[in-house]
Order: sequence, then structure tokens, then C-alpha cells
Amino acid sequence: MNILVCVKQVPDTTSIKIDPIKHTLIRTGVPSIVNPYDAYALEMAARIKDAVGGKICALSMGPEMAKDALKECLSVGADEAYLISDRVFGGSDTLATSCIISTAIKLLEEKNGAPFDLIFCGKQAIDGDTGQVGPEIAEHLDRALITYAYESQIEGDAIKVRRESDEGYDMLLAHFPAVVTVEKTPYEPRYPSIKSKMAARKAQITTLTSAEVTVDENSRGLKGSPTKVKSTYTAEVQKNGQTISGLDGSLAGAKIASLLFDAGIIK
Amino acid sequence: MQTKNDLWVYIETEEGSAKSVGFELLAPGRILANKLGVRLVAIVLGKNVESVAKDAIAYGADAVILVQGDEYDYYNSDAFAFALHSLVIKYQPDILLIGATKNGRDLGPRVACKLSTGLTADCTGLDIDDESLNLLSTRPAFGGNLMATIVCPDKRPQMSTVRPGTFKKSAPDPSRSGEIIRENIHIDPEKIRVSLIQRVKEVTEHINLEEADIIVSGGRGMKKPENFAMLRELADLLGGSVAASRAAVDAGWLPAAYQVGQTGKTVAPKLYIACGISGALQHIVGMSASDTVVAINNDPDAPIFKIADYAVVGDVMEVIPAMIKAVREKKNS
Repeated sequence: MNILVCVKQVPDTTSIKIDPIKHTLIRTGVPSIVNPYDAYALEMAARIKDAVGGKICALSMGPEMAKDALKECLSVGADEAYLISDRVFGGSDTLATSCIISTAIKLLEEKNGAPFDLIFCGKQAIDGDTGQVGPEIAEHLDRALITYAYESQIEGDAIKVRRESDEGYDMLLAHFPAVVTVEKTPYEPRYPSIKSKMAARKAQITTLTSAEVTVDENSRGLKGSPTKVKSTYTAEVQKNGQTISGLDGSLAGAKIASLLFDAGIIK
Repeated sequence: MQTKNDLWVYIETEEGSAKSVGFELLAPGRILANKLGVRLVAIVLGKNVESVAKDAIAYGADAVILVQGDEYDYYNSDAFAFALHSLVIKYQPDILLIGATKNGRDLGPRVACKLSTGLTADCTGLDIDDESLNLLSTRPAFGGNLMATIVCPDKRPQMSTVRPGTFKKSAPDPSRSGEIIRENIHIDPEKIRVSLIQRVKEVTEHINLEEADIIVSGGRGMKKPENFAMLRELADLLGGSVAASRAAVDAGWLPAAYQVGQTGKTVAPKLYIACGISGALQHIVGMSASDTVVAINNDPDAPIFKIADYAVVGDVMEVIPAMIKAVREKKNS
């Protein structure tokens, strides 16, 4: 079984703060982590490897620093790792990013002499939150796609996936090669051992540049991105509501109830 | 009919009925189409969905393109992407809006990629630029810390997925009329690569937060799962639903289906009661469109108070039972 897991290094958005004066994001000192949904995807892949054997390749795109994220992957199940990194790829939107990553995947598959049986991605990255790169990779590579998987098992040359629906869940089946995007799983990703951590630290991670990953300049970077960011602002809203304070809890509860009745908000 | 340059809204259906978000999108779609002077066209894909097409007109569409077939009974990535892509190639709309449900977020990127056009995910605001007449799609990023307005100036159609619950449906007007165009599109069954082998409907409480008028939501300040019983009691009394913040869901107190916020649901009820929720931005982006917000928290500096119409500084464990008592007495009087 040959598995590829796409991972992104992201700032831990739960610790991002807003500069109260400049109204911009404060990104310094914010730790970089493996996108949590990618960690779930890797764990799903690692469990498949544990069950049926095989090899897991981790692939990321980003600056040199993203190698730290790949090393983390190597310590919890990945066997090899590649980083796509080149300034000309900077500023890519989801379409351009998926085009670059798909080109790199084809390159790795050529090297392996066979397509990956499975390509896993997290359902979305917690910085951009688009969830588009995974499905777009499936489209570029013309593969079967299952999104929002939270459990899976291998059945012969196919993967059976549990996907949440409005009223329960669907069991879906796709034959290899397939792309699967992964939702939060019912289990937590494994921790590295001291030994696996040490080995990962020493591991070589191959960087793929635009020399190897050849993408037309009209399909990469800012130029190759159909979407453009027109403006950004920090989402701060301020209502000047009525404050009820200094009251005993039971009085406050009665007070808010009567205010809501008086305003006709509850009947 | 001439549909080139029109504004399209994709109406997602499943087992013959429409998801609410499609009709919700016809409301802003109507405004944008009027601004551009183009027609608002609803795209209905499904099985036995004649009535959905009629409803789409009642909710504001000028016309409907209707594609029916057995393969559209429930979502299938290959069949739906093929059909929607075929329609776009034939009619060349200028804008295509899709509800950001799980299926919509599967379908949108596949179609955008086939068309090599841009797609803006999970928008919470839509407008038209006065000068360029381009679609302006605003969306939260970085866990809701940042709002970004995205444009797609050079490629068509301009595509966006929009979070369910962001916009409110207009009141349906059954007297409206519009053309229903039927298209016969069928993918070669061999090209359907994912098969549904089992559809499991779990008998769980029906959670439809997006439709609730009143939501009583609990966060970390509820301290333990048992304490959600009082929120449920209050919600039942008011005819509302219970919800939770990410912290409460991460702690395992309530299932993910109850989560409000950036990675959960976007809601806009008439009344949102936030109990023991500090108000991280990722939560606020999911509920700030509520008509009235009541926040109960013992920390007077909790950010949730900034967006509250009624800020109750106090112990939620005391305030809620007192509130329940007061509401019950008033209802019984």
C-alpha cells in the first residue's frame, strides 16, 4: 500500500491575538503547528499501514521552516517526506496550490513507478479554512474523491469510509487510486516515541523546487491565482448593550428574564 | 432563454427535498442580480424535485434549470460535478453561489477546478463592486481573527460557497412565475467512482441549529456536561435549541453537531443566549448575526460582552436556574 499524506504547517490560530491599536494580526510568537486535520489524516493513514502494511509519504508546500512539520510527521508514522518550496510558488491561491501539489504528486508517482493508492488530506487547514485544496487535487489528478471521512478501512483494493450526513452517516466505497479528506477522527493522533523523534530529527527531507515541479507561470503564484485578496480587516464588532452586574445570581436571572419579556423577545 | 452572464444559485437537494441554504442564497442573490441587471437562476439537481423548482421561483428566482435523474437522489461527487460543470459550459453564468454544506464544499472546488476559475470558500458576506461590477466575497480566516474580501476579476464564473445560516430566506411568494428549463444530463455510470454502500440514519435528536429561533449555548464556563441539563431545560421552555462552543465540544460535553463558530455552524437566531462562553472570535463569527445576544459570564472583561445586547455579569450556575424559574412563573401566570 502506497499512501501520500498532504500536510500544511499553520500558525496555531487559537493563540493569534489582534493588535488593539493597529487592528492587525499579531503573528510573532505564535507557534507553528501541523494543521490538526492533517494530523488526523496522517493518523488514519498510519492505522491503515499498521493494519495492512505499506509506506507513507508526507508532502508539504511552504517555506523551509515547514520541514519542522514534516519531521513531526516522520516521527508519527510517515516513512519519507518532501517539501515543495520555491519563491515563485508564493502567493498561490487554492487553485494554483492544488495545481503545484498535483504536479509534485505526479513527479513522485513517476519516481515510484505507480500512482499512490491513497492520497489523504485534512478536511481543511485552520489558517485559511477553505477545504478546497484536497478536492482540487482529486480533480487535477482525475481521481475518486471522498471528503469529510472520519473512519475508514481497507477492503481489498478499495477504501471504505464513514462520512457524516445530516441524519447519521454514509458508508462510501472507492477503489484505488482515491483522494480522501479527513475530518476530526474519533481517536487522537499517536504521540512520537523518543526513538522515533530522534530518528525524525536526523531524517533527510528532500526539497522540490520549480526546477523539478514544473508548473506554467500562468498557473502558479499570484499570477496563476484567479482569486485576489482585495482587502482585509479585523473582525471587531462592538455593541453597546445593557449590562446587568452587581446583582446576586438569582436576582440577575429574574432581571434578564423580565427584560426579555418586556422587550417582546421571549413570549 | 438567454442565460449568459446570469447569477446562479445552486439548490442542493437530497432524497427529493431541498436543503435550506439554497433558498437562503436566493435572498442575497436577488439583491445582487438586481444590482447587476441580470437574471437570478436557480440550479436544481435531484430526483423528484419538481416542487423544489417551483419553490425556488417562489423564493425569488427568475428561472430554474432543472436536472433530474436517479443518480441525483443523493450526493455523488462525480455525477454532480459533471452535471454542474456541463451546465456552466453551456450557459456561461457570471456568478455561481453554492451553499457551503459538506456536499457543497465537495462540489464547489471540483467544478471550479474543471473550469480553472476562482472559488471563495465559506463566505459570510456578498456584494457587488460599484466600479468593476465584480463579486465581492467576504470570509473569515485565521480562526475568525481576520475578515478578507476576495475578488475573482479575470475568470468566470465567479464562484463562492456561502455558509448555511448566514442569510435569511425571503418570505416565499407563490404568485411569482418563472421559466423552468429542463436539461437532460447523465454521466456514464462507469465514471462514478465512489459508491454509497449504506446510508445509516441514526435516531438522534434532530439538530437543526441553523433554523432555530432561539439558541441557548454553553461554553467552558458550564464546567461539566451534566450542567447542560439546565441549558436544555431553558431551551425547551423557550422553544429553542441547545448549542455549544468549541471548548465545550472539544471537552466532549456535546457532539460536534452542536458546535457554533468558525469550524462549527453559523447561526442567526432571534435570540442567542451565551452561557459561560468567553467569546473567542472563532465563536463570534458563527453567531454575531443573531438579532439579540444575551451573554452570561462571571468575567466582566469577557469579549462576548462586546457583542451582547444584554451582558449579565454573574455565575451562570445561579443565573440560569433563576432565569428558568422566572420564565416558568411568567408563562404560568
